Amino acid sequence: MRVIKCRKISAGRAEGLSLFSPAPISFFGTIDPLTSEVIEKNHPLYGQRIADKILIYPTGKGSTVGSYILYGLSRRGIAPKAIIMKEAEPIVAVGAIMADIPLVDRPESFDFRSGLHIILDADKGEIIIL
Amino acid sequence: MYLTNEQEAILKGEEGWAKKKCLEIVVGLGEIYGADRLIPVASTQISGVSYKTLGEYGLQWLESLTPAKVVVPSTLNPAGMDLCLWSEMGVPEDFAAKQMRVMRAYEKLGVITLCSCTPYLAGFAPRFGEHVAWSESSAVCFANSFLGARTNREGGPSALASAITGLTANYGLHIDENRKPTAIVEVSAKLAGLSDYSALGYLLGKMVHQHIPYLRGLPSLDVDEAKALSAAAAASGNLALFHAEGFTPESKVGVGEVGERLHVDDRDVKGVYDELSTIRSGKIDLVAIGCPHTSIAELKAAAALLEGKKVSPATKLWFFTSLPVKVLAERLGLVDVIEEAGGRVFTDCCMIVAPLERMGFTTMAVNSAKAALYAPTASKVDVVFTTFGKCIDIALEGRLA
Repeated sequence: MRVIKCRKISAGRAEGLSLFSPAPISFFGTIDPLTSEVIEKNHPLYGQRIADKILIYPTGKGSTVGSYILYGLSRRGIAPKAIIMKEAEPIVAVGAIMADIPLVDRPESFDFRSGLHIILDADKGEIIIL
Repeated sequence: MYLTNEQEAILKGEEGWAKKKCLEIVVGLGEIYGADRLIPVASTQISGVSYKTLGEYGLQWLESLTPAKVVVPSTLNPAGMDLCLWSEMGVPEDFAAKQMRVMRAYEKLGVITLCSCTPYLAGFAPRFGEHVAWSESSAVCFANSFLGARTNREGGPSALASAITGLTANYGLHIDENRKPTAIVEVSAKLAGLSDYSALGYLLGKMVHQHIPYLRGLPSLDVDEAKALSAAAAASGNLALFHAEGFTPESKVGVGEVGERLHVDDRDVKGVYDELSTIRSGKIDLVAIGCPHTSIAELKAAAALLEGKKVSPATKLWFFTSLPVKVLAERLGLVDVIEEAGGRVFTDCCMIVAPLERMGFTTMAVNSAKAALYAPTASKVDVVFTTFGKCIDIALEGRLA
């Protein structure tokens, strides 16, 4: 077990399997709002779904419509369980807060990969890798 | 970040779910930007109004906030249609029904449903030094630069969160230190007419990434010129504040140590017309003036050019403005003159956020660099960016010669 300290942006606690993207994600453009699938060609996660995952990626990019798309994924029940970013930006922060998705950033280290069993406690500012 | 006991109580949900969520948004943004505390705002201006940009889930978010109410005067960005004359515009009925649901949601929240990107021309102008939370990028740039108010470029949800909490986080352009010029731009271009100011704004936005420009050499800067410049600069490059020597209030502070020096001449400005036009000749389906919403002065100029003439049946000439400006234009007889010539004056909306792509338009002429920049992707039309006078000529001819 390993504990990584981080900064809370959106409150909450979640447990699940990580999905790691070394490339930035824009909720408007990268993600299909109807399926949660990564549809951006040449994206390292192309073809994978972000639903129910602990989504980990470095930074956001793109349009402010992205906040509503993340909220929409949550209303459809296909949002990620939690989000860990190297550096959060306003679009995803607002979307995560609207959708009650825990979001943290600035982890002490950023050496993640997909398939890790993670417990994220945003309120305590802790990422626990089991 | 420092929070008062009252703010902590709101975050615990003591004043309801909606207010809690809205304060979480304000605080979350403050955390990201390293704000020390929250500050009260005097007004908000909220984007995310056209159903075209808001979408079904944006609408559901608005509806979920009821019964919360906004606590400061709050107005809206343009909607996707004239709220009265939408069927005359050819807006599809299913779109209109969704748009009216958006309007009802904002009404329930206590928002003043002025739908305009130029609230400062319609009775909502912040004073110098006043902290506000505005989201229309052109109005943000105008309010900061021309009026000396203090606002960051808010997103739709964060401006609404400020409306409901009356608060924003103290960072960015709310802090005096961050408002000082960091680049000097010498303007030697002659600048005749609003479209030249729009072209200059477009260049400015592209040239000064992460900088606050100090403009020297502008021949004039009236309200309409500042409006055109602000809109294009905010669209091409996220610009939220500029200073113009001799014209804007904070330019009096002068330039301190400045990293970058740039220059704009006549050739640069002329080049923008060419760069932004995707067509050079042929039939034009729509001539659209009003990005940002027209002032009474622009409608007066249009009426003078159109008096006794007829718009070609091959095209449409539409002006977009705010409701109060149209009412005044009606009193002055300007709307009659424009309509007798075959033009129309619509309120509440514009050529970018209306669903043009569903209304049969494929080519459009505009005198706004911002509209020319956005229209090909937002509305799937080809555009020609030209002067106000040339736009009127195109409307009379029905084509671009």
